[in-house]
Amino acid sequence: MRKPFLLKILLAAVLLLSNSSFANVKEDTSDEPKKDLKTEIKEYINHHLQDSHDFSLFSYTNDTGEHVYIGSSLPVILWDNGLKVFSSSKFHHGETLAEVDGNYYKLYHSKIYKTNAEGAINYDEDHHPTNTKPIDFSITKNVVMIIVTGLLMLWLFTSLARSYTKNNGVPTGMGRFFEPIVLYIRDDIARPNIGEKRYRKYMPFLLTIFFFIWFLNMFGLTPLGINVTGNIAITFSLAIMTFFITNLTGTKDYWMHQFNPLGDSMPWYAKIPLYIILVPIEMLGLFIKPFSLLIRLYANMQAGHIVLMSLIGLMFIFKSWLGSPLSFALAFAISLIEILVALLQAYIFTMLSALYFGFASEEHEHEHEEDAELAHS
Amino acid sequence: MEKLINEFSIGLFFWQTLLFGLLLFLLWKFAWKPILNAVNDREDGIKDALAAAENAKKEMQNVTADSEKLLKEARAERESLLKEARGIKDKLIAESKEQAKVEGDKMIKQAQATIESEKKAAVADIKNQVAELSVDIAEKVIKEQLSNKDKQLKLVDDMLGDIKLN
Repeated sequence: MRKPFLLKILLAAVLLLSNSSFANVKEDTSDEPKKDLKTEIKEYINHHLQDSHDFSLFSYTNDTGEHVYIGSSLPVILWDNGLKVFSSSKFHHGETLAEVDGNYYKLYHSKIYKTNAEGAINYDEDHHPTNTKPIDFSITKNVVMIIVTGLLMLWLFTSLARSYTKNNGVPTGMGRFFEPIVLYIRDDIARPNIGEKRYRKYMPFLLTIFFFIWFLNMFGLTPLGINVTGNIAITFSLAIMTFFITNLTGTKDYWMHQFNPLGDSMPWYAKIPLYIILVPIEMLGLFIKPFSLLIRLYANMQAGHIVLMSLIGLMFIFKSWLGSPLSFALAFAISLIEILVALLQAYIFTMLSALYFGFASEEHEHEHEEDAELAHS
Repeated sequence: MEKLINEFSIGLFFWQTLLFGLLLFLLWKFAWKPILNAVNDREDGIKDALAAAENAKKEMQNVTADSEKLLKEARAERESLLKEARGIKDKLIAESKEQAKVEGDKMIKQAQATIESEKKAAVADIKNQVAELSVDIAEKVIKEQLSNKDKQLKLVDDMLGDIKLN
């Protein structure tokens, strides 16, 4: 009873403090008259949606008008004619240039550019920087969160596994919460979509991907300002794994279906004109399936964060007794929906991955399978 | 699309793939495999236990049916035994009655025959004794009556008188 209460207070404190950073940003506007509050909030949201080279919990402007960031800096790893490793504190949150081995790097919109000693950024006509970008292997905020989530999952599920041996096949503690979810993924996602015979080999991937996405989605809802699953590189990586597993475990029947979708239902000369269209579509489908996965997860999480943060931002724009509580209530309602979306997106990603694995590993009854595909789409 | 490509970070992709792969491997080995095995074992155990319970129930039913059958048989046997015993008893009684009657009749007949012969003997005896007594009496009477001359003469007279009457 005591622990959750403490946790709540802590969360509330973090929430208040992170909001207060908004308030301070607003005060900041007096220094830069060109930026109004709305642009400021928009930039803040954009900044939040992107990966960051620092793990800053919140920032504020102190009495002397200086920006103070609370959090820790992270290691920056660059490949620029050799490995360059230095701390992100050298950037001072993009305020200064980092000089490493005689090269100058500038942090501009969360990306690292190589610049001259003055830190000049050259733009093309579309206002995109033309400076060279070294390949950035930094341990960013998202990488830290991936590690944290990974460790959390390892701890949770190895302790669940241990509790079986310790307690004679019955889970204890947290395991009682997670075991039904594991069983749900097995019985309601893997088994019906992949089939009784072959579902076992896909189970570890499905379980890992489900909990990984779910936990990261939930972390995204905390006021820590994390947006891992709303990052295109993350969803791309997850989707490409589904793509490779689908096609590498594909059976002969699966590939036959790709190149000969109509089977023996008509003579070969009748199939030629159809196949000129059908086969490319089938081939395209191979890539569209994982692509839809990556865009769906990315867009949902990104949109959720934008809506939620915009509503929180509205409180500071309205600054009235009517508008602010209203946007607070809205933000609260959206937060609740986002908790559902966090679970739902993890479920959909896992479900569709299982469905694709099911198509790939199916060995008989093609007609039956296609009916299932139609029913699901 | 351009924004998406612009946002794409190779470094993050690299770390994500590497870390996720590592996480997948570790969880596979140390979590999912033992968890799924434990769950499967448990489910198999439950299935077996249910099957065993079902079997036990069936066996129980068989046993009950058997015992009921036995009970029925025993009851029928008792019934038939009782019937038989009753029949034997009745037969015995009837037989002994018959025998007793025959025996009695025989005894009665024997007794009657004995009585008859005894009676005959007794009657003969009595007859003899009566004859002897009569002779004795007659002797005594005669002796009495013929003790003196007068009487003897009178008798002769009487007798002669009787004869005349005849």
